[in-house]
Amino acid sequence: MDLLLDLALLSLLLLTAVSIAWTRDMFAAAMLTGIYGLLSASFFMTMGAVDVAFTEAAVGAGISPLLILATLALCGRNQKADPPRAMLALCLVGAVGALLIAATLDMPAFGDPGAPAHIHVAPHYIGESFAEIGIPNVVTSVLASYRAFDTLGEVVVIFTAGLGVLSLLLALREQQHPIRALSAPHPQHLVLRLVAKVLIPPILIYALYVQFHGEYGPGGGFQAGVIFAVGFILYALVFGLDAVKRVAGHGVVQFLAALGVLIYGSVGLLGMATGKNFLDYSALAADPVSGQHLGIIVIELGVGITVAAVMMLVFYLFSEQLQRGLEDGSGKELTSGRAG
Amino acid sequence: MLLTSLYNYWVVIALMMIGLYMVLAQGNLIKKIIGLNIFQTSVFIFYISVGKVNGGNAPILAHGETIYSNPLPHVLILTAIVVGIATTSLALALVIRIKRAYGSVEERDIQAEDRPC
Amino acid sequence: MLTHLPILQVILPLVAAPSCLIIRRASLVWLFTLGVSIAAFAVSALLLQQVSTSGAITYGLGGWDAPWGIEYRIDLLNAWVLLVVTGISTVVLAAARASVQAEMDQARQTLFYTLYLLCFAGLLGIVATGDVFNVFVFLEISSLATYALIALGRDRRALWAAFQYLIMGTIGATFILIGIGFLYMMTGTLNMADLAQRLPEVSSSSTVLAAFAFIVVGVCLKLALFPLHMWLPNAYSFAPSIVTAFLAATATKVALYLLVRFTFTVFGVQFSLTSLPLQSLFIGLGLAGVFVASVVAIYQVDIKRMLAYSSVAQVGYMVVGIGISSVVAVQATLLHLFNHALMKGGLFLALAGLAYRAGSCHIDAFRGLGRTMPWTMAAIVIGGISLIGMPLTVGFVSKWYLISAALESNLWFVALLVVMGSLVAVVYIWRLVEAAYFQEPAGDQPPVVGEAPLSLLLPTWLLISANLYFGIDTRLPVEVTGAAAQYLFGGAQ
Repeated sequence: MDLLLDLALLSLLLLTAVSIAWTRDMFAAAMLTGIYGLLSASFFMTMGAVDVAFTEAAVGAGISPLLILATLALCGRNQKADPPRAMLALCLVGAVGALLIAATLDMPAFGDPGAPAHIHVAPHYIGESFAEIGIPNVVTSVLASYRAFDTLGEVVVIFTAGLGVLSLLLALREQQHPIRALSAPHPQHLVLRLVAKVLIPPILIYALYVQFHGEYGPGGGFQAGVIFAVGFILYALVFGLDAVKRVAGHGVVQFLAALGVLIYGSVGLLGMATGKNFLDYSALAADPVSGQHLGIIVIELGVGITVAAVMMLVFYLFSEQLQRGLEDGSGKELTSGRAG
Repeated sequence: MLLTSLYNYWVVIALMMIGLYMVLAQGNLIKKIIGLNIFQTSVFIFYISVGKVNGGNAPILAHGETIYSNPLPHVLILTAIVVGIATTSLALALVIRIKRAYGSVEERDIQAEDRPC
Repeated sequence: MLTHLPILQVILPLVAAPSCLIIRRASLVWLFTLGVSIAAFAVSALLLQQVSTSGAITYGLGGWDAPWGIEYRIDLLNAWVLLVVTGISTVVLAAARASVQAEMDQARQTLFYTLYLLCFAGLLGIVATGDVFNVFVFLEISSLATYALIALGRDRRALWAAFQYLIMGTIGATFILIGIGFLYMMTGTLNMADLAQRLPEVSSSSTVLAAFAFIVVGVCLKLALFPLHMWLPNAYSFAPSIVTAFLAATATKVALYLLVRFTFTVFGVQFSLTSLPLQSLFIGLGLAGVFVASVVAIYQVDIKRMLAYSSVAQVGYMVVGIGISSVVAVQATLLHLFNHALMKGGLFLALAGLAYRAGSCHIDAFRGLGRTMPWTMAAIVIGGISLIGMPLTVGFVSKWYLISAALESNLWFVALLVVMGSLVAVVYIWRLVEAAYFQEPAGDQPPVVGEAPLSLLLPTWLLISANLYFGIDTRLPVEVTGAAAQYLFGGAQ
C-alpha cells in the first residue's frame, strides 16, 4: 500500500515537472508549480516528515506561486521560444544526471534501518532528546536546540531576502503618488467580505496555535509566521492594501523583521551572560530542562515574528509594483506581454 | 533488488534534471526561477527519502513507539526550504526590476539590448 | 570572554545587522558598521594569536558537543582567513562613506550597510564553522546579501549581472547541498572532524566520489575558477565601487578557503590528491584560467572589468598551488590569498576614487590622470606592479613561493607558465600607465577636477603600503601560512 502511494506520488510529480517544462503559458506554469509543491508536501507526509510537509505546503503551494503570479502580472504570461542552446544544456544535464545515477549504485537501500545515517548521530536525538530537552517533537528539539545556530542562520537568510527585495523595489516605490489599494477593494462582493471576515480570526488563532504547539506536534515559528502573514494578506486582498498598512505600515514591519532576529540573538547572548555557551538555554531557568523549554519558546517567537514581518514586507513591495504597473499607462505593454 | 531499493532515488534524479534543464535552457527568466524551484525541491525530496526508515513513524515521541524516521534530514530540509523561498523572492524582485529596465524578461532580448551598437 | 571569541567573531556583525535598521540614519549606521568591523578585526587578531600559541580551538554552540550540535573550530588556516576578511572589510568600510553617498540615494544607504554586514557575517560564518551544513546556511546568507549589493549598482546592467550570479550561485549552492546529502548518507554525520574520521572507510564508494565532485564544482562556481567564472566580470564591473572592492578582496578568498578545507581536512589529502587525478585537473584549469583571463583583460576598455578578469587569473594561480599540493605550494596559495586581497582591495578602492571624480572607469578617463589625480594614479601603479609580481611587493613573494614549489616538484613547465602569465599582466597594467602619464585628456571628456577625497585616498594608500610593507617584511604571513600548510598536511601546528 505504502509502495503504491509512493509510486503514485512520484509519477504525479514527474508528470507535473514535465508539464511545467513543456508549457509556454506562464500562468499555467505558476499554477503547476503550486501543484508540484503540494505533491511534494504529500510525499513528505508519506515519509513521516510532518513538519517538512507543513512547511512545504505553506511555501511551495502558497507563498511561491503567489509571488510568481504577482511577477507574471507585471511581466506577461507568454514565453518566447527558447534560445538555441538546448543541446548544450541537454549535454550538461545528462552528465550531471549520469553522475547522480552512478552515485546511487553504492547507496544504502531506501528505508534500510541499518543505513549509516540512521545509526550514528540520529539515535542520540531520538533516544536522549526527551531527557535533555523535555519535549516530544524531536524535529523541534534538533531544530531549536541541538542545531539552533542553523535556525538562527535561517532567520537571518529570510531577513536578508526581505532587505534585498526592499533595496530592489524601494526606490521605485518612493517616486510614487500616494499608494492606493492593490486591486480596487471589493465593496460589491458582500459574500467575499463576509467570508474573509469569518475566516481571518480563525487563521490568526490557528497561527498562534501552530506557534506555541510546535514542541508537541508539527509546527513552529516558521509555519506560524507564514500563516499569520497569510491572514493579513487575505485581508489586504479583500479590503485593500491601505487597510492593512494602517495597522502595520512599512516602518512597523521592517522594525518587526529586525526585532525577531534580535530576540533570537539575545537569547543566545543571554546564555553567554550566564556563563554558558552561545544559545545554551539550560541556564535560563532553575533546572536545565525547563531552561531548554523556555529558550525554545522564545527563539520560536523570534522566528515567527521575523518570518511574518518579512512575508508581509515582500507582499507589500510586490503589490505596490503591481499597482504601479497598472497605473503607469505602460500598463498595457506590461500586462499583455508578447506572443512567442 | 537494485530496482526496488533505488527506484525512489532515480525518480528524484529525473526530477532534479528536469529542473536543472529548465534553468539552463529556457530563456524566460521566470521560467528559469521556476526551474530552480523544481531543482531545489527535488533535492529536498532526496534528503527526506534518505531520512526514511522502514516502518518508522513521524519523529514525535509517543508511548509504545520505538521506530521513528530520522529527524535530522527533516531539520536540514526545513532550513533549506526557507533558504529556497528567500532566494525565489529575491530573484523575482530582480526580474521585476529587469522588466522595468529592459522592457522584457527574455534572456535573448536583454542580451540584444546590452550589446553595444 | 576569551573562550567566546570564535562565536563573537560571527555573532557581532550578525546581530549588528538588524540593529542598523533600528538606528536608521545613514551616517550613524556607517559609523556603527565601521565600529563592528573594527571589533571583528580585533577578535580575529586575538583568535590568531590564541591559535598560534595553543593550537586549534573548538566551541560547541548551544553547549552541545559535536557531532550532536554544531561546532566552531578555529585552526591556523581559518584564523588566517578570518584575519584577512575582517582586516580588508575594516579598511573598505573606512573608505565607504563618500563613495556610497555619491553612488546611492539616501534611502538605500542604510540598507546598503545592513546588507554589507549580513554579507560580512555570512563570509565569517562560512570560515569559522566546523559543520558542513552550517557552511551551506552561511553561504546563502552571504550570497543573498551579495546579489542584492550588486544590484545596487547604478547601471541597469547591474540587475542583469546580479540575476546571472543568482542563478549560477544558487546552482552552485544546490550542488554543495547535494554533496553534503551524499556525505551524510554514507557517514551519518555533518561535523567536519567527524566526517574526516569516518570517510576513509567508505571512500571507495561511488557515492562519496560523487559527493566530492558536486562539492568541488559547487565551490568552484563560487570561486569563479575558469571555466566557471562567467558570472564574475559582469558582477564586479557593475556593482557599486565599494562592493567590488569588498567582494574582490574577500568573497573569492572565502571560496578558496572552502576548497582547501574540503579537499584537505574533510576528504583528506590521501583521498583528494592521491587517489584522484585532481592534481593535473587543478593545475590545468588554473593555468588555463591565468592565460585566458589575462589575455581577455588586455582587451577591456572598462578598467573595473579588466581588473575583474585579472581576478579570475589570480584565482588560477591559487588553484595551481593546490594542484601542486606540496607544503610549499599550499603555502604559496595561502600567501597569495592574503596578497591578492591586499592588491585588489587597494586597486578597486583606487578605482572607487576615480569613479567618484570622473564618474567612470573607462580607459579614456585615465588620460592625463597622472597629473590630475597623482596619488590615486600612483596607488594604481604600485598595485599594478604588485599584481605583476615585481620584487619588493607582495605579489613577488607569493609568485616566488609558487615557482619554487613547482621547481621542487619538477614541474618546470608550470614554473615557466607562471612567469609568462606575469608577463601578460605587464601588458594590461602598462596600458593604464601609458594612458595616465603619456596621453592628453580627450577633448570631449569632462575634465577631472582633482584628487579623490582624503577619506577614500587614505584607506587606498593603507592597503597599497601594505603591498610594499609585506613585500619586504614577510615574517608574519610567511610564518602563519607556513605553519598552516604544514598543519594541513598532517604535520604539527
